[in-house]
Amino acid sequence: METVLTTSSNLENLKRDFASGNSSAGSLSTSPGASDGLKFLTTSTGDDVLEVDKDSVPAVFQQFKDSGRFDFLMDVTAVDHLNQMSGRQKRFDIVYHLFSSKTYARLRVKAQVGEGEAIPSISPIYRAANWFEREAYDMFGIHFSGHPNLTRILVHHEFVGHPLRKDYDADHQQHCSSTMPLHFLPDPNFKSEGRQLLPLNIGPSHPATHGTLRVMAEVDGETIARANVELGFLHRCFEKMAETHPYNQVIPYTDRLNYCSAPMNNIGYCKAVERLLGVEIPARAQAMRIVLAELSRIIDHFVCIGANAVDLGALTGFFHLFTYREMVYTLFEKLCGARLTVSMTRIGGMAQDAPEGWFDDVLETCKKISEGVDQLDGLLTGNKIWQQRTQGVGKISAEDAIAWGYTGPCLRAAGVGLDLRRAQPYYGYDQLDFKIPVGTTGDVFDRYLVRVAEMRESLKIIEQVCKYMPSGDYTIRDKSIVLPEKSEVYGNIEGLMNHFMLVIKGLRPPVGDLYDATEAANGELGFYLVSDGSGRPYRLKVRPPCFAIYQSFPDQITGGLLADVIAILGSMNLIAGELDR
Amino acid sequence: MSDSQISNGIHPQNSQTLVANLADKAMDEMAKSFAFTTRLDDIVAWGSKNALWPLPYGTACCGIELMSVMGPKYDLARFGAEVVRFSPRQADLLLVAGTITEKMAPVLVHIYEQMLTPKYVISMGACASSGGFYRSYHVLQGIDKVVPVDVFVPGCPPTPEAVLDGVMTLQRMIAEHTPRPWAEGWKRPSFIKPIT
Repeated sequence: METVLTTSSNLENLKRDFASGNSSAGSLSTSPGASDGLKFLTTSTGDDVLEVDKDSVPAVFQQFKDSGRFDFLMDVTAVDHLNQMSGRQKRFDIVYHLFSSKTYARLRVKAQVGEGEAIPSISPIYRAANWFEREAYDMFGIHFSGHPNLTRILVHHEFVGHPLRKDYDADHQQHCSSTMPLHFLPDPNFKSEGRQLLPLNIGPSHPATHGTLRVMAEVDGETIARANVELGFLHRCFEKMAETHPYNQVIPYTDRLNYCSAPMNNIGYCKAVERLLGVEIPARAQAMRIVLAELSRIIDHFVCIGANAVDLGALTGFFHLFTYREMVYTLFEKLCGARLTVSMTRIGGMAQDAPEGWFDDVLETCKKISEGVDQLDGLLTGNKIWQQRTQGVGKISAEDAIAWGYTGPCLRAAGVGLDLRRAQPYYGYDQLDFKIPVGTTGDVFDRYLVRVAEMRESLKIIEQVCKYMPSGDYTIRDKSIVLPEKSEVYGNIEGLMNHFMLVIKGLRPPVGDLYDATEAANGELGFYLVSDGSGRPYRLKVRPPCFAIYQSFPDQITGGLLADVIAILGSMNLIAGELDR
Repeated sequence: MSDSQISNGIHPQNSQTLVANLADKAMDEMAKSFAFTTRLDDIVAWGSKNALWPLPYGTACCGIELMSVMGPKYDLARFGAEVVRFSPRQADLLLVAGTITEKMAPVLVHIYEQMLTPKYVISMGACASSGGFYRSYHVLQGIDKVVPVDVFVPGCPPTPEAVLDGVMTLQRMIAEHTPRPWAEGWKRPSFIKPIT
């Protein structure tokens, strides 16, 4: 990998932390060989990386946590280097991504682990690590010592092997013969004596579980005594599919991550690949992406609020909101022919320019949507039943939300004004006038209010962008990245050759890795991309926003009322496609 | 009426039979306006095709398009299939909308088994029909591997019009008593255990 020795101020500060030997850094230097294990780097794409020895992982993370330098653990994953073993002894890389909500700094921490070796779990330090480590165990068979519940999370319980290892064939299916019985995590504080507990199973086929979630609970009267969730019912192997397809062919798969706002996933993925390639897309493409993203954010919130209300018995809002969702579908159809899964972006820009007058149509539709949002506001905000069912339900403090890895509307409802469109602006979001709505208590009602306010802000953004739509090309014209126009291919020999070369050879980003995140409808949608210089991603990890949020679900519902389970579930906006991937 | 018959010179003794005959005839004429003859299974099929109660098994993206099908613009109610039932005991149409993974397959089979006959299955979209572009380790390569499918609707996801067409196709099949050997000879796949 191309790396330069550190120059970034973020890393300089970190180095100073570790050199100064303050409290926990002191314990770090006492652990054997730990200080030799630290290596600070900045990749050519500007990501800060810290390489550590696997045994010093807990000490390093304790230091980050105690110093308050990084409050968010965004992602934990692994990379199998079976095909790239030159220059390294151990097969796997465990990769952690940290983020600070105060300085907006990011850091990637890497530790090498060999076959059959264990690495200490950091879930006692960062709560958010729990499920991410389970996933790494499930996909790669890496053992995290000290993990409270290291069991399979995505693939079914009868599965043999670890599918994201490079020696597991992508199309090797294994049938599952049964469903897991109700199961709960062992908890020493849990006492069932003297209580009459009723086991209750909700889902995976249940109207309120939005497709494929399974909630298992034991209820004491109407109160949840303990709860657990099972996921993976929609694990469609996105990451393995990405490894077996050329870069541009991955785009349709990204559509199907969060299918309620498909274009946002296209944008997130393409933005990551473009950053690795080191190209900047033209102003018009950026503006088109903003319009698509904000329209998607609006319709995503429509489905979330609509479904949340339906689950609590308010059917009208849902049907009413679908009228407006259909209007946006019509816009998408006019733009590219597809309604839901648009696949409108390409690496390097957009697939095609918008038809004439499309932006005027968008403005026209926005006016109608704006009325729709007002009507929704009128239907629900002052509605007594809605208020009583949602206020004070699913409350969460800002600290807890951060510890669980909440992002997006759910985090902002808890009072943390973190939005990547502001924190790490891309595509000129910093030039636009919009506010970031925040709540106070983080309950279901606040989440709803934040979403409604966000829809209004999105409408504002779209208006600004559409009015001043930049002219120019909708894509870059780099012959090694973007296919030439059809008229070129059929019209002259050079176009034909370029087309042939790109199709046969494929788009090949330089060797390296990077983490890139965008603010999706649900929160931070991150892509960790590892390239080995070939025409296909070597590894593509998605950091889905609702995965981290759903982690807190058993904790959130325990002790509450059964009926509130449904309200909280709906407010988290869990989309199985990105949850299970 | 009988006065006029007597005045026409018809013997009163015969008039009774004549009245009866006339009444029969009138009855027949009148019946044409409010009744018709049919076979019992035809009228059952007519009722069944116009009152399909779907169990919307939406697992993924197709589930969102299915919402559109149910929604105000496309309105499945026009075909008598708007009463969605989430209990398999109350539904007669299993509408599988979305990817079925290996993990989900046993659940799907159990739901199908719990439905009462006559029961139909529509497979909506590429994933449910064949695994779609997920030729991958955890995706069932078509739900017809585990349950009998009557109508496959292509698309990724299919347009709502295509789904409506699928429902109408099923309605035709029901009306015409199309033989369904795939459903009649169906047995639970051997790799899926019965519910205990």
